[in-house]
Amino acid sequence: MSTFWFDGHEVPFRPGATIGAALLASGIRSWRTTRGQGRPRGVFCGIGVCFDCLATVDGRPNQRACLTPARDGMDVRSQEGTGHGEFAG
Amino acid sequence: MPEVLGPVGGRQSGERTVRGVSASPDVVIIGAGMVGAACASYAARAGLTVTVVDRGPIVAGSTGAGEGNILVSDKEPGPELELALLSQRLWTELGEELDPASFELEPKGGLVVAETLDGLRSLYDLAIVQGARGVRTMAVDAESLPHYEPHLAPDLAGGVHYPQDLQVQPMLAAACLLRDARAHGAQVRTGVEVTGARRDSNGRLAALLTNVGPIPTESVVNATGTWGGEVSARLGAPVPVLPRRGFVLVTEPLPRLIRHKVYAAEYVANVASSEEGLETSAVVEGTDSGTVLIGASRERVGFDRTLSVPVLQRLAAQATRLFPMLASVSAIRAYRGFRPYCPDHLPVIGADPRVPGVYHACGHEGAGIGLSAATGHLIAAALAGKEPEIAVSAFSPLRFVEEAA
Repeated sequence: MSTFWFDGHEVPFRPGATIGAALLASGIRSWRTTRGQGRPRGVFCGIGVCFDCLATVDGRPNQRACLTPARDGMDVRSQEGTGHGEFAG
Repeated sequence: MPEVLGPVGGRQSGERTVRGVSASPDVVIIGAGMVGAACASYAARAGLTVTVVDRGPIVAGSTGAGEGNILVSDKEPGPELELALLSQRLWTELGEELDPASFELEPKGGLVVAETLDGLRSLYDLAIVQGARGVRTMAVDAESLPHYEPHLAPDLAGGVHYPQDLQVQPMLAAACLLRDARAHGAQVRTGVEVTGARRDSNGRLAALLTNVGPIPTESVVNATGTWGGEVSARLGAPVPVLPRRGFVLVTEPLPRLIRHKVYAAEYVANVASSEEGLETSAVVEGTDSGTVLIGASRERVGFDRTLSVPVLQRLAAQATRLFPMLASVSAIRAYRGFRPYCPDHLPVIGADPRVPGVYHACGHEGAGIGLSAATGHLIAAALAGKEPEIAVSAFSPLRFVEEAA
């Protein structure tokens, strides 16, 4: 089965699955913390509207896990706040 | 079903005779946007009984489609600058009286930047004449720009800092002033569309005619922004107000990177120009929620709401020219609205002698949020028969009549 990387762990996925679906299927429910209070977030609407399930994918922050198809070897990272830590400080 | 919001904590029984509107308010304000809200607040504070009506919900027009600028920096000396200076002072007072956090009032200051030395020279020339009118300005040389905005492109020629420029979240600001008006006894009624005006035998306004029935009153204020032309015609006192479309591009939320309202020197020229075609100049600012707003485009295409990708591309390119780091940032949405402009780019504020009882407060183009406080203040003074705080002849509704004659 194909896999992608999630914070350094291999996550399997079926062809056509989104990152969000694969993470949920692996029992991972949250991969982002909110900007204000650092609260955990994962899939909420599941259809690309709510922007709650954001993740950093191959270095690009703010990608919607529920819409982004998983690809073999992809590097998915959980995201803190805006995901633009490179601008902070 | 029209929604009725009665006075906050006020009596709601007894005085209602015409479907949720007090029998005969001193003044009916048409338009529940920023300008209408400011007129309502100042008029209610002056002790008048006020009813605000709007054909849609509150802040559904241009108030909900802008950036919330309260600027003195983009005004050349003249009547509009005097209005802006008065408004700047009043907004600061409102910030002290009301909860400024509730409408994100931020004394962030403006930073106008020039790409070339020629552009910088014009900018300094403008700052000098603005300074003579009481605008606080500070010349910023190229080396000092990073102290103001560390992410600006390194090859800019310099700029001018305007510490008086403010920003608000316009929808929250309008809601806040409507709440303030209601706390002073005003009523706000949505879903009410003006159809005409009834006049008495002397030609004076006697009642405002609406889709839900007549509202007897001696005074109405046309605060309908871009729709001010149409509404003024229905009132029998037409003023020429037309739409000038603008887009705003919104980025994904970022850490606080941009602290001032930053815009390119060409913006001042574009604001004042009368070009029909598309004009764009970079206006970039951060917001409380982290998103960065990128404007500003101007084009005269009527009320066409079609999204224009080429306009958004130009806005993005110009913003990236000022802030190169934006190139790696995603835009997540865009919105558009219609600035209400008059042929001479000045608003229409004050009584219209053609129909005694009709007042106008519209046509503020892209500056309606900023100029709303002064406009409301002037309208309240006019309704109460008081002297205006500044000269208002340049805003007279009759100036178009005289031109046409």
